Amino acid sequence: MLRTALRNVLAHKARLMMTALAVLLGVAFVAGTLIFSDTVGSAVKKASEKNLDGVAVSVQAEAADSSPDVGKDRRRTTLVDEKLADKVRALPGVQSVRSNVKGTATVAGPDNVPLGHDWQNLATNFQPDKDGHDPRYPLLKGRGPAAGNEIALDEATAKASGRKIGDSVRLATDGPVLTKKLVGIVSTDDPQVTAGGSLTLFDTATAQKLFLHPGQFDELVIAAAPGADQQELTAKVSEVLPKDRATATSGTDLAAEQSRMVASQNEALSQTLLTFAGIALFVGVFIIANTFTMLISQRSREIALMRAIGASRRQVVRSVLAEAALLGLISSAVGFALGTGLAVGLRAVLEANGAGFPDGPVVISPAAVLSALGVGVVVTVLAAWLPSRKAAKIAPVEALNTVEAPPALRSLVLRNSLGAVITGLGIATMCYVSTLKDADDLPIAMVGGALTLTGVIILAPMLSRPLVSLAGVVTTRLFGISGKLAKENTLRNPRRTAATASALMIGLTLITGMTVVGNSAGQAMDTMTAQGLKADYKIGTSAGLDPELSQKVADVPGIEAAAPLRNTGFTTPNSSMGLMGTDLSTIGKLTQLDFISGSLKGAGGNDIAVSQEMAKMKGWHTGDTLDATFYDKKKAKLKIVGIYADNELLGDSIGATSLAAPHQLVPMVESLLAKAQDGPSEGLEKQIRHALGDSPLLKVQDHADLRKENAASIEMVLNVSYGLLGMAVIIAVVGVVNTLAMSVFERTREIGMLRAIGLARSGIKQMVRLESVVIALFGAGLGIAVGVFCSWAVGNLVSKGLPTYELMLPWGRLALFVLIALVVGVLAALWPARRAARLNMLEAIGAQ
Amino acid sequence: MSHAATSPGFPGSPASARTAAVAARATDLSKVYGQGETRVVALDSVSVEFGRARFTAIMGPSGSGKSTLMHCMAGLDRISSGSARIGEVELGSLNDRQLTRLRRDKVGFIFQAFNLLPTLSALENITLPMDIAGRKPDREWLDAVIDTVGLSGRLAHRPAQLSGGQQQRVAVARALAARPEIIFADEPTGNLDSRSGAEVLGFLRESVRAADQTVVMVTHDPVAAAYADRVVFLADGRIVEELHDPTADAVLDRMRLFDSKGRTS
Repeated sequence: MLRTALRNVLAHKARLMMTALAVLLGVAFVAGTLIFSDTVGSAVKKASEKNLDGVAVSVQAEAADSSPDVGKDRRRTTLVDEKLADKVRALPGVQSVRSNVKGTATVAGPDNVPLGHDWQNLATNFQPDKDGHDPRYPLLKGRGPAAGNEIALDEATAKASGRKIGDSVRLATDGPVLTKKLVGIVSTDDPQVTAGGSLTLFDTATAQKLFLHPGQFDELVIAAAPGADQQELTAKVSEVLPKDRATATSGTDLAAEQSRMVASQNEALSQTLLTFAGIALFVGVFIIANTFTMLISQRSREIALMRAIGASRRQVVRSVLAEAALLGLISSAVGFALGTGLAVGLRAVLEANGAGFPDGPVVISPAAVLSALGVGVVVTVLAAWLPSRKAAKIAPVEALNTVEAPPALRSLVLRNSLGAVITGLGIATMCYVSTLKDADDLPIAMVGGALTLTGVIILAPMLSRPLVSLAGVVTTRLFGISGKLAKENTLRNPRRTAATASALMIGLTLITGMTVVGNSAGQAMDTMTAQGLKADYKIGTSAGLDPELSQKVADVPGIEAAAPLRNTGFTTPNSSMGLMGTDLSTIGKLTQLDFISGSLKGAGGNDIAVSQEMAKMKGWHTGDTLDATFYDKKKAKLKIVGIYADNELLGDSIGATSLAAPHQLVPMVESLLAKAQDGPSEGLEKQIRHALGDSPLLKVQDHADLRKENAASIEMVLNVSYGLLGMAVIIAVVGVVNTLAMSVFERTREIGMLRAIGLARSGIKQMVRLESVVIALFGAGLGIAVGVFCSWAVGNLVSKGLPTYELMLPWGRLALFVLIALVVGVLAALWPARRAARLNMLEAIGAQ
Repeated sequence: MSHAATSPGFPGSPASARTAAVAARATDLSKVYGQGETRVVALDSVSVEFGRARFTAIMGPSGSGKSTLMHCMAGLDRISSGSARIGEVELGSLNDRQLTRLRRDKVGFIFQAFNLLPTLSALENITLPMDIAGRKPDREWLDAVIDTVGLSGRLAHRPAQLSGGQQQRVAVARALAARPEIIFADEPTGNLDSRSGAEVLGFLRESVRAADQTVVMVTHDPVAAAYADRVVFLADGRIVEELHDPTADAVLDRMRLFDSKGRTS
């Protein structure tokens, strides 16, 4: 029977092509994901290994939160100093010790645009040997920084900034903006930098002044003398360290830790990608099953003949499954090759967008090969399983029937009952989900969504009759006989129409769900921005502002009111909550602050106001006193002077700056709110920037900017999912093409007759095209409906962090999806319609 | 031979109004397939006229070119040289779109294998050519045709619910309903039992007699040919003989004659 299977694959290669394409695309997705993550993972691992090369022990200073001198300024204090470094240097087995200061600094590029990703922008100290070289950062040009006003940059950053040796460079750490002279350009293979960050080198004294205190370091990197044992050395170093203020880790452990981190990051990414690949393959199942069903009904006479001459049922099934396996294997192999290209391409695209992966060869692991091929073959065989059972049921006597009887439509009763039960379960679950509020219940929502989708897929043949008939009324009115014939053809085999449409429906359900939730969340954020914020500007950096800067904004002429937001928190005997320190006299002008009871009049000292939600939860009232313990362990009695309607910006409670600021672990202002006398203007924005030292890190955002920021983050998530779900939609389109090609093939004679009695080629084309459009719209309509339903149901889960969340249907987008379905329908019909129109009339009439 | 076309009958012009005009005409019509060594001459300079309101049968052995002649005359196939006209329209000068329009508006077809659309009801199949043309059927005529072919009770049925004879009667009604200038029937009784076949032929002859319909039928069945007013015999792509007001026996005689000629030559 294997030979029959092989012959069949070869004989129907054109018709199997579309099926192969479905498997191929899915497998390419899987293979691409696996290869991409292997390749990037191995490159990152190699880069970090290289970075740790020669590191025997690393000593990390612990942050010194409770040190008494913190709080005056934002610099950290460590107990790792030159004396400790010398002590370590003197230990036996130590060859050399590097003492590093580490911070972040962002360089301003052309037009004051910050370069790199600010959290990844490494700033450290250049440590020259006697010749003025630092082996860790080999100089490419110029010399190392030696004075307070000098810096060196890595090659890529220097190039991006457009500055040459001798030019002055503007850069910002977390304080005021600095202007330094570029004296050197270095190369580096630090993974933090090669992965998209920048590197700024100061001389040691300057680095210490910026980030720590004179004489202090963040880390000691110890190289071992030849023959010294890493673990022993680590233990010895540990002994000389101040207890609890610094830890020593061996290079081996460090490497292991890093590769664990790389692996887990990688895994998260590849799991996301594999989920989408899974969706694509699931969609493919429908197309494969459809093709095999069609092939078997076309071949039923042949199969009956095989049975008549003595082939057993099992042999028939096996032959069909062997054919599927063969098809799966061939398409998986091609898909794998395509996937390899995809992985390389993906990396290049991400690289071009500044992802910054370290270099490395493409890694194709045997596991990737096996799983991609395995998945392709298994999916194809599974999808062909039901059709193969159908093949086995063909009676030998059918070989003797001379008249081609139209296949009897099997009853849908069983299918509809099952579908109704599953859909009912799904809808019930989703209705239950709509009452849930906790994001932890998301798995229930996913189960409910999957049930609903599955149920509707099972019910699709039943749903096709009324819906397609409805569409048929429109097509008949608009396109006359072609429209009517298209409707009839679509209804001819409800199972096939449904399976084809379902493939499209799956993708559209997910796309719609994401779009609706994203749109609603975006609107909610917009509302929040617009309602809550009376200030014209929100000013900040991603790392926060120096507290000293906040007064400067208030002093800018034209600013009516300004207030800092300084976040800290405290615990009471039975709760833990946030405290926002701000200017209580001006905050009411800057944000919508509606008091349910009490007020901020005359508030100060240990007075706080709490949010309505918090007060309700804890049963607090105006006038209550709380025993609070701040995060820095200091205790205070706080008096509640008012309760305000929930305000997203302010959170649980507010108090005076003087109350909150001393308890911040790292003293900083999260952001500044400012209101202009005459509303926002470009000139004013410039003045604010200028008052704050024109730091490239500084964000001065008006309402429009804030809205854009919200929208941009949501849009990005949506675009990525559109891209990933696009594959599922493409596979579904392949399915539509496939179904139409089969339909045209089966209806050759009818098409010939229609041509003979006077339907023009254009009419035939129109007929096929309309059938395609109706199928596509049917699938899209169901998908959009299920997607909207599911996004309605999960609304409460999403709205947890967004009090203003409301279901907002993005009508424009939804209309666009319908339009896309229409276009997809027309495009999918291009080739089948052409084929149908070009059929030779005389041959077609005579065709059997 | 007596033919039982006794159904209600077509309204139409009385028999006396028949004219001797020509509905379709082939002049030096040739059809050649292939080139070089594979060149086959299917029709070799055929000249023939099909009279208006006449029932003409085309006969001949397999490969004689009778189907090709019909296809060329009906605008289903292109001619190689010569002329083929329906009415005054020269088919050779028409492009594909014009040919399609011509078939739609002036030609009716009846095929051996019925060729109905399984998704449409009997009535919808009957009105299909007019639906394609976007014309409203002439209600009175349509009712008469349906009545004549005896399908009144089955109009809502799908083809799969009808017997072979009933299906072919739907096909006949489809060809007649649009009142084409000429109907071409390709072995219309080939798939029918003799009773159903006789019915179908009876309708065709009745449409010619009572309603001045022009019918051209390709057949290899002498009994079917005997329903025609005239039989044209084809052999090797040429017209070899004609017979007016034929009987089945006369037709059979002629055919035997060609057969023996074929064997001796």
